Amino acid sequence: MLEIFGNPIDLAPIWLTLEVASLTTLILILLGTPLAWKMAHMSSHHKIILEALVALPLVLPPTVLGFYLLIILNPTGPLTEFLRWFGFTGQLTFSKTGLIIGSVFYSLPFTIQPLMHAFEAIPQRLLQAAATLRASPLDYFFTLVIPLSSRGFLVAATLTFAHTVGEFGVVLMVGGNIPGETRMVSIDIFDHVEALEYAQAHILSAMMLTFSLLVLTLVYGINRRFGVKIG
Amino acid sequence: MMRGNLQLSLGNFTLDSGYFELPLSGITVLFGRSGSGKTTLLRAISGLDINTRGQLKVNDEIWQQGRHHLPPQARHIGFVFQEAALFPHLTVRQNLLYGLKRLPKTCPVVIDFTDIVQRTNLGAHLDRNIHFLSGGERQRVAIARALLMHPKLLCMDEPLSALDWRAKHELLTLLEELIAAYHIPTLYITHSPKEVERLADRIIFMRDGHIETIETLPQALTRPDSPLFDEQGAVSVLFGHPQPFDLGLQPVRIGEDTLWLSDILLTHLPSVRIRILARDVSLARSDPRDLSIINHLKTTILELIPQGDYRLLVRLQLKDGQHLFSEITRQSAERLNLHPTQPIYALIKSVAVTA
Repeated sequence: MLEIFGNPIDLAPIWLTLEVASLTTLILILLGTPLAWKMAHMSSHHKIILEALVALPLVLPPTVLGFYLLIILNPTGPLTEFLRWFGFTGQLTFSKTGLIIGSVFYSLPFTIQPLMHAFEAIPQRLLQAAATLRASPLDYFFTLVIPLSSRGFLVAATLTFAHTVGEFGVVLMVGGNIPGETRMVSIDIFDHVEALEYAQAHILSAMMLTFSLLVLTLVYGINRRFGVKIG
Repeated sequence: MMRGNLQLSLGNFTLDSGYFELPLSGITVLFGRSGSGKTTLLRAISGLDINTRGQLKVNDEIWQQGRHHLPPQARHIGFVFQEAALFPHLTVRQNLLYGLKRLPKTCPVVIDFTDIVQRTNLGAHLDRNIHFLSGGERQRVAIARALLMHPKLLCMDEPLSALDWRAKHELLTLLEELIAAYHIPTLYITHSPKEVERLADRIIFMRDGHIETIETLPQALTRPDSPLFDEQGAVSVLFGHPQPFDLGLQPVRIGEDTLWLSDILLTHLPSVRIRILARDVSLARSDPRDLSIINHLKTTILELIPQGDYRLLVRLQLKDGQHLFSEITRQSAERLNLHPTQPIYALIKSVAVTA
């Protein structure tokens, strides 16, 4: 508990939000990099379908995404059953794991799009030059592609983190609102408003507003070229 | 020796080279009009396109067998692209060392780093960012980077086409020297007859996606309808040995004869090529004394080849056996009563002769 202007602020949702956003960003960069690389080098035919799939969370109501995730992840659902084979005992929904899985889907476009644009901007002939200089594809991926798209990575990580911090619908559907376990800042604000605790809602909202503005300024400052089309 | 027969489809263009055999020595130029498949063939040979099909064998190593394909990083080639393709996040030195670091430990490093840096005149730029280099300097880095690998085969795709004429001129001289110094078999794409005449030992003529013929440079220049002849007409290339600069002129020995050039040669090579347009060669039955033209070569007429527009192409033989074309009007030929085996003086202005 922290006291700001005489109002007690529960810090647990803030820590949870930061934890979930960090893990989500880490997972998405690890999984998103090969996917974005693959997509950047696909024939436009196959790419269209994947691009549309990846962009879905941008346009879908979070409740729709949350609803389907709830169906897939539910304790008697196929995924949980499958994991039980490997000794998994917990449950995927209404837990931190569920929050992270939901966030990974929800923030996917914010990782993939900047990475893909960064990869596409690397001239093909540089990679071919590397190949003739005896670099294997994995070698030049680490020695050329990653350094040359470092700004794309920075934008992807920042946007993914920020977007995960700001999610509400998916989190509520998949994670619920268990204090100390799945209650994130955005839900906390909602609760405070419901309870007419406007002071706390003000403080948390102002924090979110400042944070988001900072992140976006940073991202646009890094490079407009690799920015995601937010709309 | 390189033997192959390669196919590659790109959009609505199809390369179907047909069977070819190529000695792996000197400079082989791929020549043809835009869209004839030069670049596609070079990419197929170097393994840069995985959709290549067919056969390719270099010495006893199989590079392509049907769909099976040796990846470019295993072929031990050097590749210089039209635009230098330097790595923008690395310095000149790091660019040069990128490939060198990846050479297997067992591979003897034949080309000394300092030697190549000196030859390409990059010493002062080694720790600079490549963004601050001129077009010519970038291309020099690209060439040095490829040469440092001591490749079995050096592939160059129009390496001079993005440069201004001065940089082109300097780089052409450098290329000649480098390739002569390191004996690296080179495949070189250009559509400039001048570059062909300057560099080529042999030429792959390409047309509509297939190889038309492979000829040596002298063979290619013997044909009066050679594809190397552009709107300036027939060209002769003479091989000679440059002598020290004298009386404001550059002498070049061709057998017993000396040809005087008005431009000093940049090259340090013992042998040079002199390019002479047929229409810059006049003929005289006796050796004229009172004439501003310096170069009077005693030759023998080999044949008279009628051309359109009342013109004749006269094939001459110099004392050392090299051939020279002269283009004159049919009227002049009749006036001089020219016929084969006749001795004749070829007159060439020094300013018309370029190396």
